[in-house]
Amino acid sequence: MTAQAAETGDLVAVIGLEVHVQLETATKIFCGCSTDVGDDEPNTHTCPVCLGLPGALPVPNEGAVEAAVKVGKAIDAEIPEETTFHRKNYYYPDLPKNFQITQYDAPICQDGELEFNVDGTRRSVDIRRAHLEEDPGSIKHVREGTEGLESRTVSIERADYTLIDYNRAGTPLMEIVTEPDFREPGEVRKFLEKLEEVLEYLGVFDPGRDGSLRIDANLSMVPAEDVDDDGAIPESVLEDANRTEVKNISSHKGAEKALAFEKSRQKKLVESGRAVEQETRHFNETHGNTVSMRSKEAEKDYRYFREADLPPLQVADWKERIAIPELPDARRERFEAEYGLSDEAASKLTSTKQVADFFEDVAEEFDPDLAATWVADNLLGELNYRDMQITDIDDRFDEVMRLVELVAEDEITAKNARETVLRAMLDEGKTPDAVVEEADLGKTSGDEVAAAVTEAVDENPGAVEDYHDGDDNAINFLVGQVMQKTGGSADPGDVNQLLREELEG
Amino acid sequence: MSHNAYITDERIAGGDDGPLADRTVAVKDNISTEGVRTTCGSAMLDEYVPPYDATVVDRLKSAGATITGKTNMDEFGMGTTTETSAFGPTENPAAPGHVPGGSSGGSAAAVASGDADLALGTDTGGSVRCPAAFCGVVGIKPTYGLVSRYGLIAYANSLEQIGPIAPSVEEAAELLEVIAGPDEHDATTRDAAEEGADTDYAAAADGDVEGMQIGIPTELVEGADEDVVETFWDAIDDLEAQGASSHEVDLPSVEHAVEAYYVIAMSEASSNLARFDGVRYGPSPDYEGNWNEEFAGVREAGFGEEVKRRVLLGTYALSAGYHDKYYKKAQDARAWVKQDFDEALAEADVLASPTMPVPPMEMGESLSDPLTMYLADANTTPVNLANLPAISVPAGETDDGLPVGMQFVGPAFGETEIIRAGSALA
Repeated sequence: MTAQAAETGDLVAVIGLEVHVQLETATKIFCGCSTDVGDDEPNTHTCPVCLGLPGALPVPNEGAVEAAVKVGKAIDAEIPEETTFHRKNYYYPDLPKNFQITQYDAPICQDGELEFNVDGTRRSVDIRRAHLEEDPGSIKHVREGTEGLESRTVSIERADYTLIDYNRAGTPLMEIVTEPDFREPGEVRKFLEKLEEVLEYLGVFDPGRDGSLRIDANLSMVPAEDVDDDGAIPESVLEDANRTEVKNISSHKGAEKALAFEKSRQKKLVESGRAVEQETRHFNETHGNTVSMRSKEAEKDYRYFREADLPPLQVADWKERIAIPELPDARRERFEAEYGLSDEAASKLTSTKQVADFFEDVAEEFDPDLAATWVADNLLGELNYRDMQITDIDDRFDEVMRLVELVAEDEITAKNARETVLRAMLDEGKTPDAVVEEADLGKTSGDEVAAAVTEAVDENPGAVEDYHDGDDNAINFLVGQVMQKTGGSADPGDVNQLLREELEG
Repeated sequence: MSHNAYITDERIAGGDDGPLADRTVAVKDNISTEGVRTTCGSAMLDEYVPPYDATVVDRLKSAGATITGKTNMDEFGMGTTTETSAFGPTENPAAPGHVPGGSSGGSAAAVASGDADLALGTDTGGSVRCPAAFCGVVGIKPTYGLVSRYGLIAYANSLEQIGPIAPSVEEAAELLEVIAGPDEHDATTRDAAEEGADTDYAAAADGDVEGMQIGIPTELVEGADEDVVETFWDAIDDLEAQGASSHEVDLPSVEHAVEAYYVIAMSEASSNLARFDGVRYGPSPDYEGNWNEEFAGVREAGFGEEVKRRVLLGTYALSAGYHDKYYKKAQDARAWVKQDFDEALAEADVLASPTMPVPPMEMGESLSDPLTMYLADANTTPVNLANLPAISVPAGETDDGLPVGMQFVGPAFGETEIIRAGSALA
């Protein structure tokens, strides 16, 4: 990048991603140890294989390969006839064998793409490759002291010693590498949201797991006039631009933030005539900035070579053999067509597979419009207000279903159902029937309502007079009076009707 | 115990049942034994006690065998004389003052001296066959994938197999029957029966070579010592007298085999031995200062000269800019060697050659000259490159009374062929 570029015109950001996702399998990628580690004691989910003990050998977990094939199908990638594993050699204390088993020249997925929406516009990003590998262990740098380990965990510079936990070692990872197709940090965020959504739909990803998503992003600035009309950027232009690789990004929001920072940092450098260093930078989530890790770094030599302990896997027919569920985009379109939902409602209802599945369960029993209102607006709305996820209540779907039933059968009003029952369910963990009984929300009988109407008319001669004088607000006042007398359990529409009959009669 | 055949002579008692109930077996010290230290002949693993048994050890125990101890070896299998061991050299019981061959020298010496009935060695480029030949006993290198490597501490994992060493072909075949067969812990194992092979190994030791076609690769005979060549042709005459016939075959690729073998073995070794960094094995670094310097110090102190030489050369051969020139070229040569063997074995039941081109060296003779030592592997390494089975049986002695071994190579999973051929001689 030269100063000349800054003088002649605008700059465009070119961004590519390497996304590491942990695949959700019951056991690790090369041994039988459970991946369900949670907060268990360090080094309790280990065996000779994932500890890299001398003589132990890896055996491929077919479940992990199947999960990878599912991802491949979802991103419309090519699955080769035969896929192989390589060793990536480097020394790091979290790597038990001091090499990582990964894939190199025959990855499980190649040449895919993922479509997503940015402000209502369809975008597509090419995925160069997606390959399987084993996760290293995790390390903690610790200060001496007596307080709990968490509070003594510090940066490597301030640490007295380092602890290694191999519980995570051998968790299946998929590294998804995109082409440098992104132009804006915001696009990256949308892409990652879509990717996560797809992975969740496939049932191969658990976003709740610590470290389940890790992102490395590279960014360079190129002169806008070097971009072709179709948006492509010639290889030579990319080669001329110095790029930085940003590591330690662990969320969609973080990715957008890190890249926005990096973009403006590079832009300023170029515009002031200074050079961008080709380097690796570390994203500091707390400060929202990136700092230099290693500058002028030569290409690392990982001395890749075939892992002879793992024979090539013949996966030619796996793509046909392995089924994947309906993906969010297809499902959204179907929801619009099948249930007559708006684009907005259908989008909300397909945001996660669980929500969509639950909606379809409700829609099967009751009116789809009612189901959509209840799941998309009421349930998701109240959950969102409480910062809760659908997964927080997925063992209480039958209760929500019962609540919708109470509304559908006119047992309680829609207003009470949402404002009293649903809230009490979420806040106090009560069942809908218990709330209805305790708060006496059963719709008031006709006689009681009729009595309340007569009472309200008798007690408010002024309002009655106003009504006869043509003041329509008077009826609203009287409806309010009746509602108060019936504890809100009458239907306001019915009350309005009854009042008019009483006053006209 | 004699001849320094063992590193650890801890006995592991056997059972009363099973085909090896009344037998003792010495186990090479790179094969993991639960609760019994396993050093690979290296100071780096001086105190390493595996928490699990190798599959072959498991199978020995199930067969009722009594394990006599862990035998001496060249450090991590890197040597042809058992002199690179951190625990001192082993002496050849059949040729006092001479090396027992390597790297499974302790195992062959234990059998040759009668310390153990049988032994397990490992063969990466000849490490079972060479010591068997030098100590006047029988050694089998199985087809790659016949015997599980789970628990075998890797030197060069694409080349090595665990194999039996015994006083006779039949006993070696009996031990092979116990250890062979697929293993869910080793993804490279194959079921020989499913490959259409006869797996009745002991029964094949019937000495019946009537009508057997023996191919003789001239390349593997011409370069050998005169004494060795003479003994070899005498053995061929013997076989022909028993009804076999022989013809010359060409293996033009084998002149590159030693180079290809060493490039591949060293490359794999550089990666396999990377885990020995002082964190969990070997002397602990003091964890002060630069981490790279600390663990480099551990490796400098914990590994012997030959191991360091091979790790450095292997790292070099895999490095960017040299990978294609060395590692990739070696893989091409490997494919070529394989093809040559396939062609030669299409017209012969087995191929025969001297196991080693030289008789046992005197102790200390070859240590200072690694290249001479490497070249002694000329006849054994091509077989590992081709993943084929081979046996070494005693063929006689030199004029000086030094043992000479005869090697028979068979087709993949053709163990019965080489056992039959070998049993006609010993």
